[in-house]
Amino acid sequence: MTTESNNTIQFTPDRLEKAKEIIARYPEGKQKSALLPLLHLLQEQEGWTSPEGMDYIAQMLDIQPIEVYEVATFYTMYHINPVGKHVIEYCRTGPCCLMGGEDVYAHLKQRLGIDAGQTTVDGRFTLKEVECLAACGMGPVFQIREKYYMNLTNERVDEIIDELSK
Amino acid sequence: MATKILTEHINVPGIETFDVYRKQGGYTAVEKALKTMTPEEVVEEVKKSGVRGRGGAGFPMGMKWSFLAKPEGVPRYLVCNADESEPGTFKDHYLMKTIPHLLIEGMIISSYALGANKSFIYVRGELMYVIHILEKAIEEAKAKGFLGKNILGTGYDLELVVQPGGGAYICGEETALLESLEGKRGNPRNKPPFPAVKGLYQSPTVVNNVESIATTSWIVNHGGEAYAAIGIGRSTGTKLISASGHINKPGVYEIELGVPVEDFIYADEWCGGIRPGHKLKAVVAGGSSVPILPANLILNLANGEKRLMSYESLSDGGFQTGTMLGSGGFIVMDETTCIVRNTWNFARFYHHESCGQCSPCREGTGWMEKVLHRIEHGHGHRQDIDLLVDVAKKIEGNTICPLGDAAAWPVASAIRHFRDEFEWHITNPQEATQPGAVYRGEMALV
Amino acid sequence: MEDNKPQLFKVTVDGIEVEVEPGTTILQAARKIGPEVAPPAMCYYQPLKGSGGKCRACLVRVAAGSAKDPRPMPKLVASCITPVQDGMVVENTTSQQVIDARNGVVEFLLINHPLDCPVCDQAGECDLQNFAFDHGKATTRYEEDRRTFEKHDIGPYIQLHMTRCILCYRCVYTADQITNKRVHGVLGRGDAAEIGTYIEKAIDNDFSGNVIDVCPVGALTDKTYRFKNRVWFTKPVDAHRDCPTCSGKVTLWYRGEEVIRVTARKNEWNEVTEFICNTCRFDTKKTSDWVIEGPTKVSRSSVISANKYRADTIKPDFGKRLAAATYKPIDDKRDTSQLDIQQLPPERFAKLPSANEN
Repeated sequence: MTTESNNTIQFTPDRLEKAKEIIARYPEGKQKSALLPLLHLLQEQEGWTSPEGMDYIAQMLDIQPIEVYEVATFYTMYHINPVGKHVIEYCRTGPCCLMGGEDVYAHLKQRLGIDAGQTTVDGRFTLKEVECLAACGMGPVFQIREKYYMNLTNERVDEIIDELSK
Repeated sequence: MATKILTEHINVPGIETFDVYRKQGGYTAVEKALKTMTPEEVVEEVKKSGVRGRGGAGFPMGMKWSFLAKPEGVPRYLVCNADESEPGTFKDHYLMKTIPHLLIEGMIISSYALGANKSFIYVRGELMYVIHILEKAIEEAKAKGFLGKNILGTGYDLELVVQPGGGAYICGEETALLESLEGKRGNPRNKPPFPAVKGLYQSPTVVNNVESIATTSWIVNHGGEAYAAIGIGRSTGTKLISASGHINKPGVYEIELGVPVEDFIYADEWCGGIRPGHKLKAVVAGGSSVPILPANLILNLANGEKRLMSYESLSDGGFQTGTMLGSGGFIVMDETTCIVRNTWNFARFYHHESCGQCSPCREGTGWMEKVLHRIEHGHGHRQDIDLLVDVAKKIEGNTICPLGDAAAWPVASAIRHFRDEFEWHITNPQEATQPGAVYRGEMALV
Repeated sequence: MEDNKPQLFKVTVDGIEVEVEPGTTILQAARKIGPEVAPPAMCYYQPLKGSGGKCRACLVRVAAGSAKDPRPMPKLVASCITPVQDGMVVENTTSQQVIDARNGVVEFLLINHPLDCPVCDQAGECDLQNFAFDHGKATTRYEEDRRTFEKHDIGPYIQLHMTRCILCYRCVYTADQITNKRVHGVLGRGDAAEIGTYIEKAIDNDFSGNVIDVCPVGALTDKTYRFKNRVWFTKPVDAHRDCPTCSGKVTLWYRGEEVIRVTARKNEWNEVTEFICNTCRFDTKKTSDWVIEGPTKVSRSSVISANKYRADTIKPDFGKRLAAATYKPIDDKRDTSQLDIQQLPPERFAKLPSANEN
């Protein structure tokens, strides 16, 4: 097989270590199972799952690049386009809406001056609508990276944005 | 005082650590099972307990275990379904983040019972912080000899792997979950073969929900019969209910199955009633996919008797007047709720989450969303209501996996019970599209 | 060795009994009886492992699960992936429930389909067209925008017209199973899913052209044949040549004296019998390159069958005709000499239960 070694992206040494550890979790020959965790690792490092990064993972797992693209475009957590520094993933599903989620969302959009799928001009915030985050009793909810922000109000949203804008 | 099986120690400070959990009697069930019981005996106790799958389908867990094929020389797998994504459901999230060792302990017992030496916990990727909590708990348990090679000197080996999802509701369907765990798109598989015969890596596999697995330590400690004595009829044991919406105390509650729905909504022990100044309009009792019921039908059966929080009572009356316990996602709506808007919202969810593999679901969910969007935004026609009913009917039962049904039921049930409200939207578009406008026609509020 | 022959299973489809080997699917059992009871298949493709179950066009009702357990199955099942049991009773177009479900599937497949048959090269040999003809309605209830995509050339020979795609996954299985490296796949999900290569890439291998033959609709078409003709004006001829890469057994499609298209040979279910290489398909278009075997046997699925789209050939009518047949034979004066589907042997009807019994 010809190897195209034009990859510009590589995992940092500690992430490479982590990647190897992840791949070793699965039975012999089932290394493709590592694909979702490795895509998370890639996104953690690069901010998004770039085509170069996905090709790098395909090589690492000895699978075809298309198998990575198919997966990355199926799951909503992977950003297949570059995003801002903070990606706000806002829950738009029913239970959050019952708790006033739509009003808070309108406020957040106004505050950021962007719509869903857009990034602020300064590149600081990207807004993404997501479905239920399994925190319905604490709605409205949004998530930034691993952190859940719950029981949101307009004031709370302002505080969070202020904090992250510093 | 109601029996607490899963949440008895949940408020003990530091319960997320091994030491505190152990001090509260944790891991004694692992000791008992591995040292004094054969795997078959553990399976037998779980069968006796009558515990039913807590992820939504309600299939008896012991029976599911007994279907597992056991060919020689082929590994078997246990996979925990922690892909909790059903709108209205957040119990597994709560359980894993507050008392992770309960799940780890259950995983050890269940894996032992099924003869699995490598087991997986598939957690939805959004809960990455919970994944870290679980991984830490696994490290602790390993350090204390409860995981890894030769557990407690019994010769039993078990490795636990926590796998993150990537953001897809469909991976809560067990075969889609297995596909995802194999590093593929979450397309549900054609059945047969069922996972019990060909599951993960084409090996026999059991997939169980977090809450189901977490019950096994109590069952081992106290016996299946003791578990079966709790609850009502074939709804044995306790159930975690995720309560959300217009109630005074949203949260996760462990109830003995059989509690009257009315008590669950109004008693201070649980939801604490509808928020002040408002009245109960409707409830979605088991996660967004189960049929919505108006106030009078959720509180009482069609014959006037009180409805109970149990599999049988909630489904009493079929879909005409009943619903399902499902995953226990209890969404309460007061009179300020626009049913049309909520139905559109749920339809949008299923449209967004359809994997797109089979045509009725791929095309039908989007169609329903678009029609509902039109009605909600003042552009509906009279025939749209029957169109929705017909589209829902043509999806239901005709798809590869239950997502089609899950998408069809909320739409069909909302029209069944709130048809007036849909008609009002169509005949009074100007009024209906005012901000915050809600149908105030005749309906029974409680 | 003869003694080890497995016990055959008896299966009844639309009142007609057939014996098949254990492990046979309902669809294959129905095909064994004949085209008039064979369920339509938009995604299932016998030569491709793992195909099927997706389009739901072949849903049937199992009225009795088996001789041992004669209870009906609770839901309609996809006949292409459901194995038969001994004594199973299947209803295809004799079940109103099945007909309703298939009407639904056609409607679902068409809401996002451009219906551009007049300019589509696939017209006349399109599975979706046939399916819609048999099970669809002339009007639509869909008034929303249709999903559309840009056309893409994937390599010099193949054009991808995603708007027409029904996501059967056949081309993906083909690339997986008969080429050494798959570069296209299904991207995105739900109704936004699409066939693609993600980053612009040509599908470049000796067998890539086969995705055109397996495509049930006009989503993957032969660029060398694009807008050259309508398939019903062409004449298919079986031919072969000594090919170092593939079997070299093909069908040549003539317009007058000119070969305007080369395809693999297909069976009566529109399935490729042997996959062919790109050289045979795209670069060998002179009659002198080939040894001519003779005219291709006209099959049910060929547009060249006379009267293919006549109203009385609509398939769901088969059930009604079946019932009628128990009273008296149909007085059918059409010229059916070219068709192998219309001439139902009389013994088929002899086996039918009397309509009065139901």
